[in-house]
Amino acid sequence: MITKVRNHISQNEALLFERSSPGKKAWQLPGLDVPPVEAAEALGAENVRPEIEDFPEVSEVEALRHFTRLSTWNYAIDYGMYPLGSCTMKYNPRVNEVVARLEGLAWAHPYQPESLSQGCLEVMARLEAALAEITGMDAVTLQPAAGAHGELTGILLIRALLESRGDSRKKILIPDSAHGTNPATAAIAGYAVENIPSNANGLLDVAALERIVDGGVAALMVTNPNTLGVFEQNIVQAAEILHAKGAMLYMDGANMNALVGIARPGDFGVDVLHLNLHKTFSTPHGGGGPGAGPVAVKKAFEPFLPLPRLNRTRGKWSLNYRRKRSIGRVRAFYGNFGVLVRALAYILAHGGPGLRNATVDAVLNAVYIRKRLEPFFELPYRSPNMHEVVFSDLRQEAHGVRTGDIAKRLIDYGFHPYTVSFPLIVHGALMIEPTETEGKLELDAFIEAMISIAQEAETDPQLVKSAPHHTRTSRVDEVAAARKPVLRWKRA
Amino acid sequence: MMDACGIDGPDALFAHLPEEVRMRKPLDLAPGISEYEIVDYFRRRAAENANGYASFLGAGVYNHFRPVLVDTVVSRGEFLTSYTPYQAEISQGVLTTIFEFQTMICQLTGMDVANASMYDGSTAVPEAAMMAARLTGRRRALVARSVHPEYRETLRTYARHQGMAVEEFGYLEDAGTIDLEDLDRKMDDATAAVIVQSPNFFGIVDQVKAAGEMAHRRGALLVLVFTEAVSLGLLRPPAEADIVAGELQSFAIPPSYGGPFAGIIATRERYVRQMPGRLVGQTVDTRGNRAFCLTLATREQHIRREKATSNICTNQALIALMATVFMTVYGKEGLRELAAQNLAKAHYLAGQLKPRFSGKFFNEFVARVDGGEPEAVNRALLKQKIIGGLPLGRFYPELADSVLLCATEMSRREDMDAVVKAMGA
Repeated sequence: MITKVRNHISQNEALLFERSSPGKKAWQLPGLDVPPVEAAEALGAENVRPEIEDFPEVSEVEALRHFTRLSTWNYAIDYGMYPLGSCTMKYNPRVNEVVARLEGLAWAHPYQPESLSQGCLEVMARLEAALAEITGMDAVTLQPAAGAHGELTGILLIRALLESRGDSRKKILIPDSAHGTNPATAAIAGYAVENIPSNANGLLDVAALERIVDGGVAALMVTNPNTLGVFEQNIVQAAEILHAKGAMLYMDGANMNALVGIARPGDFGVDVLHLNLHKTFSTPHGGGGPGAGPVAVKKAFEPFLPLPRLNRTRGKWSLNYRRKRSIGRVRAFYGNFGVLVRALAYILAHGGPGLRNATVDAVLNAVYIRKRLEPFFELPYRSPNMHEVVFSDLRQEAHGVRTGDIAKRLIDYGFHPYTVSFPLIVHGALMIEPTETEGKLELDAFIEAMISIAQEAETDPQLVKSAPHHTRTSRVDEVAAARKPVLRWKRA
Repeated sequence: MMDACGIDGPDALFAHLPEEVRMRKPLDLAPGISEYEIVDYFRRRAAENANGYASFLGAGVYNHFRPVLVDTVVSRGEFLTSYTPYQAEISQGVLTTIFEFQTMICQLTGMDVANASMYDGSTAVPEAAMMAARLTGRRRALVARSVHPEYRETLRTYARHQGMAVEEFGYLEDAGTIDLEDLDRKMDDATAAVIVQSPNFFGIVDQVKAAGEMAHRRGALLVLVFTEAVSLGLLRPPAEADIVAGELQSFAIPPSYGGPFAGIIATRERYVRQMPGRLVGQTVDTRGNRAFCLTLATREQHIRREKATSNICTNQALIALMATVFMTVYGKEGLRELAAQNLAKAHYLAGQLKPRFSGKFFNEFVARVDGGEPEAVNRALLKQKIIGGLPLGRFYPELADSVLLCATEMSRREDMDAVVKAMGA
């Protein structure tokens, strides 16, 4: 079997609450240099709580071992390829972690005087400028905390600009291949959602767009390259159709890793887009976050950007709150600053030429996977792909094996699964994004694992359907979890 | 690899892009630099910020010591470089820690369920208000002026386009607690949520119980906000709240110029299906072993799309893990002791000044500056390498002569004495 895993020690570990013992402690505090005060007196007896029932009590080494043992139950980029499509799981450079922890940055209080925050403001200004250059847009806000938060900010900006023109519109158009966050965002921004079916090539149906766009449409939200990893060939035409009717083109930048240094959204008609710094710009996913979702806009939207904005006068940075037309704040303070530091470090490390090289490698890797796996898996759309490739499980389904099964079997070979059953327009999708991180050795190991699974699907489908076989946890009963939710530990 | 792909160079990979979209000139960004140069660049930026200052700033971001174990754990690649745990079989590490996190947040807040995190406290507030609107079928929120001003601004941005009216009610000039009469006047049968913070922005333990009774009498829900999580080591959990929306920055999350932090939403079991954000639940694997997985996903955007309870996808998992390790390290006794030290320090500082409000406070309080010019006092303090309290005029014009001072376990007595002296007490 073509695997990069073998059996190894995997330690059991109880929950914190089950391994607690009264009186154990991992904490230390200095002696108090001021007189103690009586809590009941200072806070009012009625406001003071009894002890926190069942809160953990463990020693320092027990705490360390607990989390270390649990950590070994995770797969991670540091173990190997993580081909989740649309998630851009690339290597997270460790120097980024070091610089984000520098005392002057990590301990900067958001309300410390601007004169003592010049380093933070400079980092933000430099990142804004770099992102504007990379996207070809005119202005950038770093405030949104994640991609979906960026989407909300971007759609509110579109609404604000339209309303400033006395033009209130009711609808956002979204292709059926879009991420779920797009329609959810449109709804939260107070818009109705109309889905546009993709054409036979899986691309935006420009003829349909032409028919649908009218004075009630505020914007089209499009991911480019789309979730098939295919560049929207008619994007310029789509922008013209929208603009002719006074509607805007919003771009979901989730797949920007295919475009950096190659093509700029600002040059192909995009009005507003968000970036995912935790995808394209290498900041770690951390098991689900934090991310950062800066929004880049064309000049007309600049007056509406969230408060505050960076301002430079006489060689000093300051924060400008006096902007009457702003949509307001989308969160407290200035953004996920620690994430911004890491993203800027990535951009500085690569520089202009290096960023383009990363894009080339990311696309080459995906094209290589497509070429090697095409004989074994159904390719539903034949357009040239960019940074990711999407197969269908049609051939394996004939043997009763679905994309979810193939994904679980991939775990036995030592890889994290690809993205399963997305985009929705592909029957049983296998969405594979290798990123530029992987070299040929790892790619070949992955490809051989996929080929081996394709053969198993024919010769021993049950083996695939009951995978994974070599993990400490076998297939998990997600249905039972949802039917009778147990969302916290309780003493039996 | 190019040969295997049948192409003769990198340009061929992009040959299918329409000519007019391709960049004609390279990115105007300097060439890449080495690891040493990167470290050097950010060291210089860090040196341009405050370094080696004692600080009395709080106001939603607190200086608490970060136990060493926290970075030890979150620096492990298995936590740092893993994705959202959709593949439960190889994500039990993060799923288990989230389950422990949810449990500890419930133990702290007295709620039945807590989610796996929101972006921060400020965005948790509008999410809680929208949740209350869905639960009550009403579209009006009443928020106390003593809720963090930037949280209120965030709420207004979110609410504006949802047809949700947001109105504010005041605080008592003497006590600094919410003005219950004003709240009563503004309550109506269209109100979905009454939003109160405790300890409030002025550091004062607020009238949560009374606000809850008032809200419930009119069929509204009480949303309780907190920004200083360490206070929960001593303060009674908000039993009257229907939804708790909080910020965990105090739990070993570096101030980091305002983020990344971790927000939470916790609530009653009966409201769980209207909650935003990810939830981890307990289940079993095919061998019958205990296992955890993401659950109740039919609330979420990737399943429900435009009908989801929120558009949130990426959350603050690694930051929530910092808080989880912090809660584990301090534990039952330590968190109480930490809170007691904060209480003692702040009361020592306050004892030598004249707190503006008479309400009971935890580790922050408002004080008038002698001469009424906070900025001048702060300038003088900066010369002693001390960052004074937050001048309140920018958020509360009526408090323009006052500062919000915070003392924590990291505040030294001699620095507090220097602040007292500078403030003219």
